[in-house]
Amino acid sequence: MFKIILAVIGRDLKLALRRQADIVSALFFFVIVVSLFPLGVGPEPDLLRQLAPGVLWVAALLATMLSLPRLFADDFRDGTLEQLALAPHPLGLVVTGKVIAHWLVSGLPLALIAPVLGIQFDLSAEALAVLTLAILLGTPALSGIGAIGAALTLGLRGGGVLLSLLVLPLYIPVLIFGAGAVDATVSGLGGEGHLSLLIALTFAALGFAPWASAAALKIALE
Amino acid sequence: MIYWNSVGDFVAMGGYGLYVWGSFGVTALVMLLEPILVARRRKTTIALLKRQLRAEARTAERSPKA
Amino acid sequence: MKDRFNLYRFASPAVFYPLAGRMMPWFAAAAVIFGLAGLWLGMLVAPTDFQQGEGYRIIFIHVPASWMSMFIYLVMAFWAAIGLAFNTRLSGMMTAALAPTGALMAFLSLWTGAFWGKPMWGTWWVWDARLTSELILLFLYIGFLALTAAIDDVRRADKAGALLLLVGVVNVPIIYFSVKWWNTLHQGSSVNFAKSSMAETMLWGMLLMALCFWMYAIAVALARVRVIMLERERHTDWARAELARAGAEA
Repeated sequence: MFKIILAVIGRDLKLALRRQADIVSALFFFVIVVSLFPLGVGPEPDLLRQLAPGVLWVAALLATMLSLPRLFADDFRDGTLEQLALAPHPLGLVVTGKVIAHWLVSGLPLALIAPVLGIQFDLSAEALAVLTLAILLGTPALSGIGAIGAALTLGLRGGGVLLSLLVLPLYIPVLIFGAGAVDATVSGLGGEGHLSLLIALTFAALGFAPWASAAALKIALE
Repeated sequence: MIYWNSVGDFVAMGGYGLYVWGSFGVTALVMLLEPILVARRRKTTIALLKRQLRAEARTAERSPKA
Repeated sequence: MKDRFNLYRFASPAVFYPLAGRMMPWFAAAAVIFGLAGLWLGMLVAPTDFQQGEGYRIIFIHVPASWMSMFIYLVMAFWAAIGLAFNTRLSGMMTAALAPTGALMAFLSLWTGAFWGKPMWGTWWVWDARLTSELILLFLYIGFLALTAAIDDVRRADKAGALLLLVGVVNVPIIYFSVKWWNTLHQGSSVNFAKSSMAETMLWGMLLMALCFWMYAIAVALARVRVIMLERERHTDWARAELARAGAEA
């Protein structure tokens, strides 16, 4: 079982590394969106500190959305997906591998660069640590839920915009608990409660979403 | 039995007229428009389907053994 | 086999189409009667609310619209589950017929909520947990409509839409509780729309209006499902016969 997942992760990572430009563009999108906010609302440190969790999280949601349309599209076009669907091992496992690979090239880099951006917003060291942790723990859920949307919109015209319509409302709990964890830390309440709920969401998404995506892929392949 | 003293009172809604009639007006509009739109869709659909069927019948006539 | 009551028979469009046609006027009439009775009680007979003045009368449409917007989503999810489990054609047509009405109900709930909020809280919009959830529900309806509209193949559209509905219905409670938690943390305004100390006439008025909205939704959905059936089944014998008859009437 783990062999299949690992094999898919390895393959997808190799493919992703061949297109490093995509990973870097999504990362810069995140950086630019976050940097636009101080220009829009003004440079007062108090205001920025208050806005930071929400701004960083919303930008993270949008940045993970960017690479979602390609999650299955390339394999769909060259027929690999059909082969995988016909293979004896369950498609859900394959999707689990693809989701993890997607997170490694989209969510993980965001978490690594988020503290640098947090400094721009005058966050304390403690808040920066919680922010990184929250993005680290929350983005797998985004990749998982996003995979359902990517599978449902596979091969449709205007798929990218449609994907965001479907997926963004489902991202709301992750946004609330992710930004809430940082918020609670800033205000001194402690973000542990939020973080544990975020972990619960991620586990639920990783357990449930790949199978829903697999069902959606089978519908798309019919 | 009726709570209001005059039609004017009823329309004014104790100063809340704009809000009450704004909500009821839009609701009434939506609940009138939706059935009308469905009925129109039914009419255009039937007309379109009939035209299609007739066209199909005509091509079938022209080439009896397709 | 023949004398056994068969539910599957009603799932066949050839049987359901005329049945829906016969039921629709009754539901429409019920909606009108319940609506008139509810408006009579709510708008003419019911006394004023001592806290909210006459502005409270908005709840006679706000609450039914909110209920229906949630209820229709659940009904759609029910049909979606049936459709995915038994592969019935009818279920996809039912979800497609219900979705626009559900979206309109969500819109009405938000619109009337705003018109209620303006005099009560002084603003058109408050990030109250219930209003926010209703807004997200509207987004879910829009997502369903956009997805099914984007897929040309009807069978795929039905199945993809059904899957989206099931994912949505699993998420709705999570979204609701997260929004509620967010709301209490930020100490936003939480509102008690309907007071438990409501006068009896008010309760009856609201109940009648809720029944009116319910019957209305059924009547419109039945009318719409008939059109969808004709569109999708145009090459079957019953649809051809129905088209010939419909042409004779017009």
